[in-house]
Amino acid sequence: MDVWNSLLNGFATALSPEYLLLAAIGVTLGTLVGVLPGIGPALTVALLLPITYNFDPTGAFIMFAGIYYGGMYGGSTTSILLNTPGESASVATTIEGFAMAKAGRGGAALATSAIGSFVAGTISTIAITFVAPAVAQLALLFQPADYFALTVLAFVSVTALVGRSLLRGMLSLFVGLFVGLVGIDVLSGQTRFTFGVRELLDGLDIVVVAVGLFAVGEALYVASRMRYAAEEIVGVKGSVWMTRDEWRRSWKPWLRGTLIGFPLGSLPAGGAEIPTFLSYSLEKRLSKHKEEFGRGAIEGVAGPEAANNAAFSGVLVPLLTLGIPTSATAAILLVAFQIYNLQPGPLLFQNAPDLVWALIASLYIGNVMLLVLNLPLVRIWIKLLEIPRPLLYSSILVFATLGVYSLANSVIDVLIMYGIGLVGFFMRRYDFPVGPTVLGVILVPLMEAQFRRALSISQGDLTIFLRRPISLTILLLAVAAVLLPYVPALIARLRGKKRTEGRFVFGSGSED
Amino acid sequence: MYRMIRFIALPLLVLLLLAACGAAGEPTGAGGQDSPATAASTSANAPSAAAESSITASAVASASAGGAAASTGGTTTSGAATTAGGSATFGTQPINIMAPAAPGGGWDQTARAVQPGLAAATNQNVQVYNVPGAGGTVGLAQFVNDHRGNPNQLMMTGLVMVGAIQTNNAPVDLTQATPLATLTTEWEAIVVPTNSKYQNLKELMDDFKANPSAISWGGGSAGSTDHVLVGLLAKEVGADPSKINYIAHSGGGEALSAILSGAVSAGVSGLNEVRDQVQAGQLRLLGVSSDERLEGLDAPTVTEAGYNVTLPNWRGIVAPPDISAEERAAMIAALERMHETPEWQQALEKNGWNDFFRTGDEFTSFLQEETTRLQTVLRDIGLVQ
Repeated sequence: MDVWNSLLNGFATALSPEYLLLAAIGVTLGTLVGVLPGIGPALTVALLLPITYNFDPTGAFIMFAGIYYGGMYGGSTTSILLNTPGESASVATTIEGFAMAKAGRGGAALATSAIGSFVAGTISTIAITFVAPAVAQLALLFQPADYFALTVLAFVSVTALVGRSLLRGMLSLFVGLFVGLVGIDVLSGQTRFTFGVRELLDGLDIVVVAVGLFAVGEALYVASRMRYAAEEIVGVKGSVWMTRDEWRRSWKPWLRGTLIGFPLGSLPAGGAEIPTFLSYSLEKRLSKHKEEFGRGAIEGVAGPEAANNAAFSGVLVPLLTLGIPTSATAAILLVAFQIYNLQPGPLLFQNAPDLVWALIASLYIGNVMLLVLNLPLVRIWIKLLEIPRPLLYSSILVFATLGVYSLANSVIDVLIMYGIGLVGFFMRRYDFPVGPTVLGVILVPLMEAQFRRALSISQGDLTIFLRRPISLTILLLAVAAVLLPYVPALIARLRGKKRTEGRFVFGSGSED
Repeated sequence: MYRMIRFIALPLLVLLLLAACGAAGEPTGAGGQDSPATAASTSANAPSAAAESSITASAVASASAGGAAASTGGTTTSGAATTAGGSATFGTQPINIMAPAAPGGGWDQTARAVQPGLAAATNQNVQVYNVPGAGGTVGLAQFVNDHRGNPNQLMMTGLVMVGAIQTNNAPVDLTQATPLATLTTEWEAIVVPTNSKYQNLKELMDDFKANPSAISWGGGSAGSTDHVLVGLLAKEVGADPSKINYIAHSGGGEALSAILSGAVSAGVSGLNEVRDQVQAGQLRLLGVSSDERLEGLDAPTVTEAGYNVTLPNWRGIVAPPDISAEERAAMIAALERMHETPEWQQALEKNGWNDFFRTGDEFTSFLQEETTRLQTVLRDIGLVQ
């Protein structure tokens, strides 16, 4: 078969010692920058672009692919251990991951995230190999109305994030919605909530918000508690690795996460964050251990981690086949292609088959390398928890500051991060969940822009959301996702039985 | 036990960060040509300039001429920072070019293409740093305020910035900077998906004229070159520009997928961004905003199709305010030498840019014309009051 031949040729190229070395450097570097809050793969690849002047294209791309995948593997580490996600796509992991770490299962959380990333990465690389052109067609089917429906579906997942109190969850969401509106409105070019600060014109970077809320907020919170509570070292309870039961509970979320992440990641404007939140809420719905959610359910780590890795691979599909960059990293990769006079897009597979297939082969190799690199690292990372808190959190603050500053060389960004960190501190202090805020910041610009684009195209006709089959289907799914949890209670009520639960509230548990 | 970890883990993390920032590579002070004043200078903007330069330091190393980028160790006293109104003269110190956009954008690419040629022309270390935000107006404000009178600071500019200054109502405008030279143009393309009913520009423009809001145009951000082209076309056919149904997108990728999906009636985009899709038969090229038919491209210009509109998306380079006439002449001369270097000529070809080299007062008057032209269009579209 043609694909097999090309792929084997790709492997032959990628397995040469020089390229293997570059792949190893890439995945190591990627893992490390993933661990550091604020510094993501996009920035790293951008900084390394100049090396492309010295390397041949294949070598450079193999390295970039390693950084790209490695960033996703590493992003989960600090989320799980320290409650400070390295990038926005690991925010969903934080919720259950940090709870697991507090319960002494940090090792298992890291392991399930590494193996989940491997499973998702491998499956989606296979998908890139064989069905990329078909998946690319999917991207061409989606129009603004459909994207809007997709954001509505993602919004439903907020019900899984609000925690115990609906009121607090909603307040937190609205903070996020407000922050998401700051900046120049994409469609009209008008500025909103910028208060004359030029640096706010492009809005608040999601990384600034996430790092502020989580890393700074957590550091301040820990600092405020230090005087009262004796330093509690979260050791590892039981095995460092996953138990048989944890394996059993992980494999389905891995597969489901991959299934959600890959197609959504391949949609322009899909991004890697939405699938992680969708996966989280799906796992919460399907889990047999609902009571564990919020206290460290392994499904809540396995699903989102698989989803973000699969989404990252998905992003490569429109980049390679259509020439459409759908994430910041993909945009930088596009530039790297152009430096070599290669235009990713419909003609890339014809014009530079050697490079493309070597790149795809290196994705397989990179995944294996990352697994081999990350599993032993679990034992080392877990030791992070034994570093005394003052040292640990002050270094987190240093890295967060450097990382955010390096995004745009802007001191104002750093100040904003600390401002948001203060808000994050009070949210934590008064028991507001921070997940909905991040979801709000991510979703609102997308949702608003797509809604208005759809209406602008239909010249104000609201039925466009119902006339398009894709949009209609997704909207119905969203409605079902909201209503289904109440159906059993409703049936019970109709039968005249007493309601077993208290009041109807979003999420599980009762309202404060 | 944790003591040991503390000693290993923390330095390890620090090292990693340094590696990630590229700071482990080269600090920015260049070799022997540094004037002694450089090291001592600690102006208000020194910290930011130093950190900026650490980011692009690796770029410098690979691109600077003649291996002049000797590392001197220590990132705090960057050769980049010079006091405002300093005693420096052009060509005696390392030169900084600001790309007022994120890495990877048009200004960034142009600045990085200028880098090797200018380094060769001045025998100086040249580095590029990025100040992204708001169509370049964030960078412009910083450039004009921080580097007054400093001839070793340069900034990329272009049509997009001229538009953004007006739509964002920026407090600082380009007349405050010192125009040096325009460098490149890129042409705009009007495209439809291959299965669209529009076979040529005339059919599209006829429908547009009959009912302007029924045609949805997909393109870049509001007030961008794409948007301006639609505005110019509307005026040309006598449609009301305020009725244009322009669907703005924040990035080229987003706009391209909207065009390919058939969500919008037609798309406007930089020609280079859609060239491959046209070649692969996914998009039909209806018209190009160039003044002459382009070689190797089977598409008419907009003018050929009967609409008197040309729109180059030009980029150029400016210096800070308060530059003496002699300094300015020296800078322009250096740019002229840069323009002749094979590095620059190769960059033009590789990126599909058209050579558009106009220096000094010619650039100044061109800038004035463009500002007036954009002001009118943006007001007609309704983006500027």
